[in-house]
Amino acid sequence: MPHATIDALPATALMPPRPTVRDPAWRARVFWTLAGLALLWPMGVLTEFKPWVLLEPGALKPALNFVGAFFPPRTDAEFLALLLRETWRTVAMATAGLTLALLLAIPLSLLSVRVLSLSGLAGRMTLGAAVMRQCVRWLLLVLRSVPELVWALVFVRVVGLGPTSGVLAIALTYSGMLGKVYADILESGDAHATSSLMRNGSGRLQAFFYGLLPQNAAELTSYTVYRWECAIRSSAVLGFVGAGGLGQLMDSSMKMFNGAEVASILLVFMALVWLADRMSSALRKNLG
Amino acid sequence: MKTVLHAVTGHHPSAKPGTAPAVRAVSLRVGAGEQLAIIGPSGAGKTTLLHLIACALKPTAGSLLLDGHDPWHQSRRARLALQKLRGTLFLAPQVPPLPLRQRVVTAVLAGRLPHESLWASLRSLFYPQDIARAHQALAGFDMGDKLFDRVDRLSGGERQRVGLARALVSQASLLLVDEPLSALDPTRSKLAIDTLTRAARERGATLIATLHHVDMALAHFPRIVGLRNGEVAFDLPTMQVTAAHLQALYAQHLHELTGPASAEADELPSAPVPVVMHCR
Repeated sequence: MPHATIDALPATALMPPRPTVRDPAWRARVFWTLAGLALLWPMGVLTEFKPWVLLEPGALKPALNFVGAFFPPRTDAEFLALLLRETWRTVAMATAGLTLALLLAIPLSLLSVRVLSLSGLAGRMTLGAAVMRQCVRWLLLVLRSVPELVWALVFVRVVGLGPTSGVLAIALTYSGMLGKVYADILESGDAHATSSLMRNGSGRLQAFFYGLLPQNAAELTSYTVYRWECAIRSSAVLGFVGAGGLGQLMDSSMKMFNGAEVASILLVFMALVWLADRMSSALRKNLG
Repeated sequence: MKTVLHAVTGHHPSAKPGTAPAVRAVSLRVGAGEQLAIIGPSGAGKTTLLHLIACALKPTAGSLLLDGHDPWHQSRRARLALQKLRGTLFLAPQVPPLPLRQRVVTAVLAGRLPHESLWASLRSLFYPQDIARAHQALAGFDMGDKLFDRVDRLSGGERQRVGLARALVSQASLLLVDEPLSALDPTRSKLAIDTLTRAARERGATLIATLHHVDMALAHFPRIVGLRNGEVAFDLPTMQVTAAHLQALYAQHLHELTGPASAEADELPSAPVPVVMHCR
């Protein structure tokens, strides 16, 4: 009987040997978790992060009052007409700004992409090509490190109050962001198709249109639509410094503590973001 | 294209510095219009050798002459001429370099880019300018019906044949084909190699192919170069290649000689990968 023979064996023979080897990554994992917490603590102190202040009755009451005034949102015809006009202006501002940004970002990202380097095809890039790419990267960095709000304050002084300064501000900051991320997307994908085309003698732009672009089109599109969504939000902030659109409307409503108007404006923002989201997923489905 | 290699040494493109070269002091002389197959066990340096001839890789020692020109000459004019020279040779890598979301017709016609203006190639993206030529090239590989399909709907073997059709539409006078049959079944392999050799013969182009299938190489190529450990083991007309040559070439790798592994033959087309949105 097989049972009998197994029972006869000493119990330890059936057990797997106890693992004496310990996970070597364990110590490092504990160390970095603790180190992360230790680094976060002074930051919390520095930013005076005291979430319990939110729950103190003195602070809670006016905030709840303001939020309570959000309901019901203002929906009379006169305000809706104004809202529609300003919404249209905001969309136009974001779209125009993004289009201008694209005009700058596309050539700059093409100039900075390492995959499209001919000298980099066999071994190292030549010095000139590498320096040129680094300079373009720095230019993109300068463009995007100045916040659009600062650009808008500059342009409000140049071209006066109104959407034009908003458009120019969005164009400059967003060209820096788009150019950088486009270049990153183009470089992170599989370069095999592109480099093969160039190795067989195609020009760089031809290799871009026949290899790099079809490879990355869906991701580029989806990122562009996402940035359009961000531009709409940005235009709200720019409205506060007089660049027009929904932001300016919201600024005046806020100053008059008119929660109903603020609520309507926020609902429009949500609708616009939802629209951008739908658009992006439809485009991705078509391209993907 | 007349190709002369003199003691060419080259490292694999992704090799760490200090490692042994993948191709060591290879000398080879290939006349215009000649056809030859490079065989040898895995890791013998076949692909690196093809890349060296295709000017995709700079030799670390030795010299390469294509129609008498040294593509890696240090002068500025030679550097500018290099890209033009690359337009006259065609390297078909083992993994077909096709963007997944491209249509087959566009992928095939991309082989003509070096001989087109930028404007013509952009127009071809809106409406393919030379559908007939693409169709003819695909038909040579039994792929005529896939002309307007997207690459990601194709199986591995079909993609490989699209890559070969691209070689056919190119106007190169030196065709370098890396393992053209690795994903094809025996019938398709024979058709593919027939089409390739015929096309090269018709236009008088030189054809150099690396092959895993020794019997295919012996049956279709008049000249065989055996490569082992990065060195030329033999370079003979096919008639003079004996079983002893092959035994010596594949010593310790005999399984590769007896049964060419075509493991990835015609797997099912995979579903298109959804695009991932990176939040940046």
